[in-house]
Amino acid sequence: MPDSKKFIVSHAPFWHDGSHITTRNYHTLLAALPAVIFGMIQYGMPAVGVVSLAVSSAMIWEYLLNRITRQPVTIGDGNAALIGLLFAMLLPATSPWWMVITGTLVAILVGKEIYGGIGGNPFHPTLVAVAILMLSWKDLFDFDAALVDYEFDFAVAYPLAALKHFGAWAVEGFTPGGLLMGNQIGGIGSTFGLGIVAGGIYLALRGIIRWEISVSFLAGVFITALIFNLADGARYAGPLFHLFTGYTLIGAFFFATEDSSSPVNFIPMLIYGAGGGILTVLIRNIGVYLDGVVFALLIMNIANPLLDKLRPKALGKVI
Amino acid sequence: MIKRSFLGLVKPKLEMPPVPEGRFEIKAVPTPGRVTLLLEKPKDPRLASDTVALSKGDRVKTGQKICLSSDSTVYTLSPVTGTVFQVSPSIGDFGTTYIAVSIEVEPEDVFDEAFQERMKQPDAALAREHLSALPGSPPFGAFFRENASIDTLCIMGVDSDFLSTTQRYILAHQRGALKRGIDGLKTLTGVERIVLAVPAGADPQLVDLGAEVREVFTRYPHTLPQLLMQTLFGQTVPAGKTCEDLGTVFFSAEAVAALGEAMQHGRFPGHKVLTVTGKDQTAHMVTARIGTPVREIFNMLEIETQELDRIVFGGPMTGSAVYSEDQPILPHTDAVFVQDRSRIPPISQNPCINCGECVRICPARIPVNMLVRYLEAGRYDEAADLYDLHCCIACGLCSFVCVARIPIFQYIRLGKYELERMHAAEANHA
Repeated sequence: MPDSKKFIVSHAPFWHDGSHITTRNYHTLLAALPAVIFGMIQYGMPAVGVVSLAVSSAMIWEYLLNRITRQPVTIGDGNAALIGLLFAMLLPATSPWWMVITGTLVAILVGKEIYGGIGGNPFHPTLVAVAILMLSWKDLFDFDAALVDYEFDFAVAYPLAALKHFGAWAVEGFTPGGLLMGNQIGGIGSTFGLGIVAGGIYLALRGIIRWEISVSFLAGVFITALIFNLADGARYAGPLFHLFTGYTLIGAFFFATEDSSSPVNFIPMLIYGAGGGILTVLIRNIGVYLDGVVFALLIMNIANPLLDKLRPKALGKVI
Repeated sequence: MIKRSFLGLVKPKLEMPPVPEGRFEIKAVPTPGRVTLLLEKPKDPRLASDTVALSKGDRVKTGQKICLSSDSTVYTLSPVTGTVFQVSPSIGDFGTTYIAVSIEVEPEDVFDEAFQERMKQPDAALAREHLSALPGSPPFGAFFRENASIDTLCIMGVDSDFLSTTQRYILAHQRGALKRGIDGLKTLTGVERIVLAVPAGADPQLVDLGAEVREVFTRYPHTLPQLLMQTLFGQTVPAGKTCEDLGTVFFSAEAVAALGEAMQHGRFPGHKVLTVTGKDQTAHMVTARIGTPVREIFNMLEIETQELDRIVFGGPMTGSAVYSEDQPILPHTDAVFVQDRSRIPPISQNPCINCGECVRICPARIPVNMLVRYLEAGRYDEAADLYDLHCCIACGLCSFVCVARIPIFQYIRLGKYELERMHAAEANHA
């Protein structure tokens, strides 16, 4: 008795909870918007230009690389746009165009595509790009020089640079409340602490980022900075200053939590986050770089596969 | 379909929807003109020529035993009286082969005397030789394995998967048969400890049935046997072992009720209870003869199917899709549901993005994110040695929550199947 109708035959399960990579990336983009829009308002058209160029060039690179490597075109999943946006958020508003497109090329090519695209990258693609650019064109990340033409009703001095060069007294003018509200100079999307925290909480509640990583990262920064501060209050700034300046907040919520380069088990997440936080403050306080977030997170990214070996014993496992 | 909640931070609550109060409306599917019985052939290739001692034109009676020529422990009992119309091979998933016996049904049931005669002296051999084919497939074979020492029977008064209310229906409405079935189990198997797992808040009068009543979670996956072993008995099933190895056998409530009915009337009860869910997601309770083509049930319930829909026997997490509406109802089919083509979630070719949803939801605490990488690469041995492939209890939740929509659970099943095949081949050549 042949049956004319053809049915879909597949294996269980037949239900899915509806989550999708694309939704995840779009919601991350959405969560980053408050900080980006604040940066655009603060720095005006140059910031708009950098953000637009970064997002669009990242997507174009992804498309070209998909084509060249003859892989399915994946720009629709929003990941390239996200990498571009996060890259722009770390840059000074006056970054030259060639630097932006070089950065996105490095992010997409070296950070992501050579590992096989989304999910294969051992490091956060944006952090790879920023690290390489920071080492290649150090001057372009000098926020004091880059933003010298701006006038604000707060001190136009990069807080971390002031701290490094002049000690803790130089940053006494920065109040935690002011820093959180974005009264500081820095990357386009990395100064408006309140917006970043709001976006981060949104992502954590939606289950898109793993809150354990963010919380332990912030705790690591806070505790380490507190210890330094207690040891020598004249040289080392207080913990709140470290929390709200530089890339700390954006690092905690948008970079440390990148899926592919961070652990998934509970204890490894705590170690990973705390390790990143501790390294950040160590680099800031006793290293040569102004901000340690980028390198601290890249180092923790390397440790990720090893950390994730710490896992609970499986049900009924016999050794 | 259960969707991810807006607040993704909380684990999804996979509660089984409660069974509606009061009387169920249960519809009887009329006996179809033709039924098909499936006998699973042994995997051993030397027995490929296996067949049954029946050919076209032979007459069978209700309750007559039909067994494989090579192995009389593989058998089924005819649920109808009629004439054999066709004996043909049939295939299932993962290389399973069946012999399909189609029977042209006569309207009047003539009950098989051999079965009736045999039911008069119930003993362990009867259970083994006849009663495994009862509706609900009671696993009497477990008592006759080598080194079997079964000391506990657990009767499942809860449904293990979604979209099925069959076991809870039996628990609520076939108390008499259940009670007789429990008594029968005691005589047939000699096992003293019989536990009845019921949903929380069930009728306190269930104690009268003569089994130890225990309330269990009705939250998936806690309704699966391996996790019930933990909740009920505090025992963990070691990887690669079964509940039977620990001395516990799970019976469905329906199997026990069918046993009770068979003991009472001395006849083979050829009907089984099914939960059928249509495309509009309304559930219907029906009784149908074993072997009824699913098409007949859809016709009666006016469920229309179209090209590229999906018909699933069993629940959405653990069931299996069938390729034809001619597929017969099997003794252990608790539920049937139809999924509209527009509601079938697509799977994708995306790689794992390491979001960790599967790791957090896995009840067996398997590092699924790593496991799936090895399985995708076909490295099954490493998957088993390093990443706990054999600890999987087959709940399917990893695929259910997968953000990248990887068919993880299918990879897991494929991995287990390939390993089994490899080891069987090694054993054959040793």
